[in-house]
Formats: sequence, structure tokens, C-alpha cells
Amino acid sequence: MNRQRRRALFFALALLALSVGALLFGLGIGSTGFQSVLAARHDPIALQIVWDIRLPRTLGAWLAGGLLGLAGAVAQGLFRNPLADPYLLGSASGASLGVAVALLLFGASPSTTQWVVRLGLTGAAFVGAVVAVLLTLALARGVQQTLRLLLAGVIVGVVLGAVKDLITIQSADILVALTGFMLGSTGLVGWSACALMAIFGAGCLLLGWALAPVLDGLALGESTAASLGLPLGAMRAALVAVLALATGAAVAQTGLIAFVGLAAPHLVRSVVKTTHAWLLVLSTLMGGLLLMTADLGARWLVAPQELPVGVLTAVLGGSYLLWLMHRRSLRGGA
Amino acid sequence: MKRFSRALAACAVVLMHIATAQAVQVTDERGVAVDLPRPPQRIVTLLPSLTEAVCEMGACARLVGVDRYSNSPEAVRALPQVGGGLDPNVEAIVALKPDAVLLAKSSRVTQRLEALGLKVLVLEPKNHADVQRVLAKLDEVLGTHEAPRVWRVIDASVSAAAQSVPPTARAMRVYFEVNNGPYAAGETSFIGETLARLGVRNIVPAALGPFPKINPEYVVRANPDLIMVGERSAAGLEQRPGWAGIRAVREGRICRFTAAESDVLVRPGPRMGEAARLMAKCLNDKAP
Repeated sequence: MNRQRRRALFFALALLALSVGALLFGLGIGSTGFQSVLAARHDPIALQIVWDIRLPRTLGAWLAGGLLGLAGAVAQGLFRNPLADPYLLGSASGASLGVAVALLLFGASPSTTQWVVRLGLTGAAFVGAVVAVLLTLALARGVQQTLRLLLAGVIVGVVLGAVKDLITIQSADILVALTGFMLGSTGLVGWSACALMAIFGAGCLLLGWALAPVLDGLALGESTAASLGLPLGAMRAALVAVLALATGAAVAQTGLIAFVGLAAPHLVRSVVKTTHAWLLVLSTLMGGLLLMTADLGARWLVAPQELPVGVLTAVLGGSYLLWLMHRRSLRGGA
Repeated sequence: MKRFSRALAACAVVLMHIATAQAVQVTDERGVAVDLPRPPQRIVTLLPSLTEAVCEMGACARLVGVDRYSNSPEAVRALPQVGGGLDPNVEAIVALKPDAVLLAKSSRVTQRLEALGLKVLVLEPKNHADVQRVLAKLDEVLGTHEAPRVWRVIDASVSAAAQSVPPTARAMRVYFEVNNGPYAAGETSFIGETLARLGVRNIVPAALGPFPKINPEYVVRANPDLIMVGERSAAGLEQRPGWAGIRAVREGRICRFTAAESDVLVRPGPRMGEAARLMAKCLNDKAP
């Protein structure tokens, strides 16, 4: 046990070190190239590019990835399903519906336009994501039954997605903006977004860490968890809150980034077997590193143009998972 | 002595510039008042129709960057491209040091650019009246007095195109397909407005909105005399179920516009006159 804990700690430190390395690397990558870093001392625009664009977006990618990794680990533990991902309770569809409504109301009339300008697309996405989860909870009549919750989440996701489609059909000109949101991008993250995500991230991680024993209990089955004498209902509700807020905060700032939430916990489990308390922390770090690396790739591969980062996360995380599965099946066969 | 006189001349130029350049406050389509200390000299546009409008108003030289889809006039093709509506590149925009960024309503980059201290103006023409209004706004922004002239040219070109439409083509019932969604151009869209000025009838009434997604069956039922469509979405048009019976298909009255022509047709900007000419030419060619 002690040896495993030491291994987990070592893994966490390695992930952190890699992240710091990637962060520094990220300062030098962008459409204006490395010159911006060299020129930053005397050119205010170059300084702005490095300090106000590259640094917050790299850090923002790490934070958003971390939030998604955390949410993914919580979801997989809570639903005892390795296929669970942060968007399971309908938050993805809710967020895109929020953005679609905001885009529709924008310019519909002066008062709605003002309202949208004040809330912003990020606000609309966050509200949409949280409302979708609340709707799921209402439909599932609480958090008691895992299967019911899962089903309600899928249904809410489909229905809200359909409403979003209805809206885009009504006004086709918002289609491009919405597609951009669905692909996910870290290019628009600024310092304020970073601060918001950091606050949400810290809160959610602390809460998740405190509730991790429930997840450990749940891993052994619902009845075992109940027999531990924990207030299961309340703790589950709190975990759903962690899941919803972490996902909402990430989605609002970066759009729907695929796969990080699903892949991060799996990648962690492939390296260390540990308790959920450690798994949550490690998944957060892994998610952060994964999205940060993808963001670097998105900026670098076709510079001075840019790839949508969501596409890269799917390619990076997906191919690594496939390789892992392949290796495991080979070993299993041997 | 020579150097002194040159310095004096430079001073005079600067003074004149300060005298003529005055601060303006422009309210854009979000209702946000944007302060411009002087008419912008380094402009980035993220919408092809705005790029064309700025150039048409004689301020092409002030553009320093455009979006990926801005390809007209020829001069803007040499400018740095800063992404598209889907993926605007914040870093590339900031690196160009623009003193004004003009973009569409649905652009996601607005907030971010404002947070970075750039002047952002949201302007998006959608119909003829909008184009006239946006041109006037651009006059305010650029400190020019070109809008009335540019609009007169557009208006006169549309009128001239309308004159050239043969009487037999009038009262033809036209279906304009924007893409093979199929999305159609309705009467309230700028394309529909131009069609109306050309004297033809649109099978998509105003009640359906500017660019409705329609049921292919609707077109079969409406049985248009003429179909206007871009080359890209025209493939397989005749093979759509039931479409072989449409009069326009039966009598071969389908105008297929090339990609370059489609660009002209689907942008609500200064080339609307040219778009009207293209449509008039189609009507001339296909008139019974």
C-alpha cells in the first residue's frame, strides 16, 4: 500500500513537471513564432502576445483539461462505468443550447442584445450546462438510482441537442459560430477565464478529494457503500455537483472538448492502481497535461494557422488508449 | 537648410493630420459605443462583405489583415489572413496591431479582443437596408464621405440590371438555392430583395424568413420556372426525387453559378450590383 502511494506521488510530481515544461514551451509557440519571446522586452505588442495571449491560453488549457479530467474521474467512479465521461448528465447539449439561444437572441431586439452582451457566450454556456444537469436530476427524481440518473442524462442530452438543432435550422447564420463552439478551442482563454477556472477547479478538487471514500465504497457495489454508514444520498448529490460545476466551468471557457474527460482517468489507471482520492488528483493533472499538449500541437502543427484543439485531443488521447488496449489484449492473449 | 525645411514640412503634415483627425464615437450593432480617438489606420476585417465595403470606400490601404474567406478585391489577397469565423486567431490579430477590428455578430472572438484592449466594431449587413446603414457606419468609422456614392453605385447597378431583364422573363417564378441543405433565399433576404427589383417572383415567401431550410417537396409543389444555384450544390439536382418534373428542370432553365460568382451573389456588400447583373444575365439567357 505504502509503495503504491509513493508511486502515485511520484507520478503526480512527474505530471506536474511535464506540465510546467509544456507551459514554458507554450510561451514560444504561436502564429508569430518564437520572435515574440525575444522581442517581448522592448516591444509592448510582443509582450502582450506572450503575457496576455500565450500564457493564459496555455494555462487555461491546463486548467480546462484538469477540470475535465476531474469530472471524468468523478463520473466514472459515480456511475461505476468506464465509459462515463463529463458530458454524461447532459451538460454538453445544455451548453451548446445555451450558446445557440444566446446567438439567436443577439440582435433579435435591442433589449435581448444587451442582455446577451452582458452575459456573454461563456455565461450562456455555463448556465446551459448547469440547467441541463438540474433538469436531469429533476427527471431522475434525485441521485438515488444510478441507472435512472444515467438514462435521464442521456435523454436530456438528446432532447436539448434536438432543440439546439431546431434553433440552428431557424437561423442558419449562427451555424458557423456554433460549430466553432462544438469543436472546442483554447484560443479565446484570457486571464479572467483562467482565474474563474482555477477557483472552480480548486473548489471541485477539494470537494472531490473529501468525497473520494464514497467512490471507493461505490466501487465495491451500492450495498457495500451503504453498509459503510456514509450518508450516501447527500454525498452523491455533492459529487454530481462537482461533476456539473467542473464540466460547466471548462465547457463555458473552451467549448466542447472531446475525450479528455474520458481518457484521463484511463491513462492514470494504466500507470498506477490507487484509491479514488489519488485517482481524482492524478486525473486532474493528467487531463491538464493532455489538453495542454494538444493545445501546443494545435498551435504548432499548421502554424501560423491553427487547428481546433478538440480534434487533436481526440486523436492524441484516442490513439494512446487504442495502443493501451492493443497491448493489454496482446498480454492477455499471451 | 534642406533638412530644416523637410522637418518643417513634416511638422506641417503632422499638424494637418491632428487638425483633420478627430475623435469619434461610433455605436455598433451591439449597441456598444466605441470611442475612436482618430479614424483607424490599421484595420482588420473578419467578414468578406466588410472587407469589400472598406475597400470600396477607398480605405483598402488601411487594411492590415483579413479573414480567410475575404478574397475580393484582388489587393486583399496579399494581406495576412487571421483565421475564419470558425477559428479566429487571436494572436495573429493582435500581432498586426490593429486600431480597429470589424467583425460579424456571431463572431466568438469579440469579447476576447476587447479584453486585450482592441477596438472592436460589430457590423453585419443582412439586407439592402442594412448594407446602406453599414456603409454609413463605415463612413463614421473611417472618417470618409463615401457611403452615399457607394450606395448610389449599387442602387444604379441594380436598376440597370433590372432594365436589362427582358419582358418575357418578368413574372418568372424563381427558386434561388443557397446550398443543398436545401436552404433557399427568401423574399426578405438581400438576394430575394434583388430578385424582386429584377421583377421576378420568388417561390419562397417572406413569411418563411430570409434563408429558410425548406423541404425539397416544397420546390416540387411550387414548380419554379427557373432555378438559380451554385455549382457546388448543383450536383445531382435533377436526380432529386420528383425534381425531374419541375418546369425549370424539364425545360433546362437552371443557372449554375461558378464558385467565384457564388461569392459575389451570397455577400451582402458593395458587389450587390454585380450580383444583380449576374442574375439578370441568367434571366436573359434563360428567358422563354
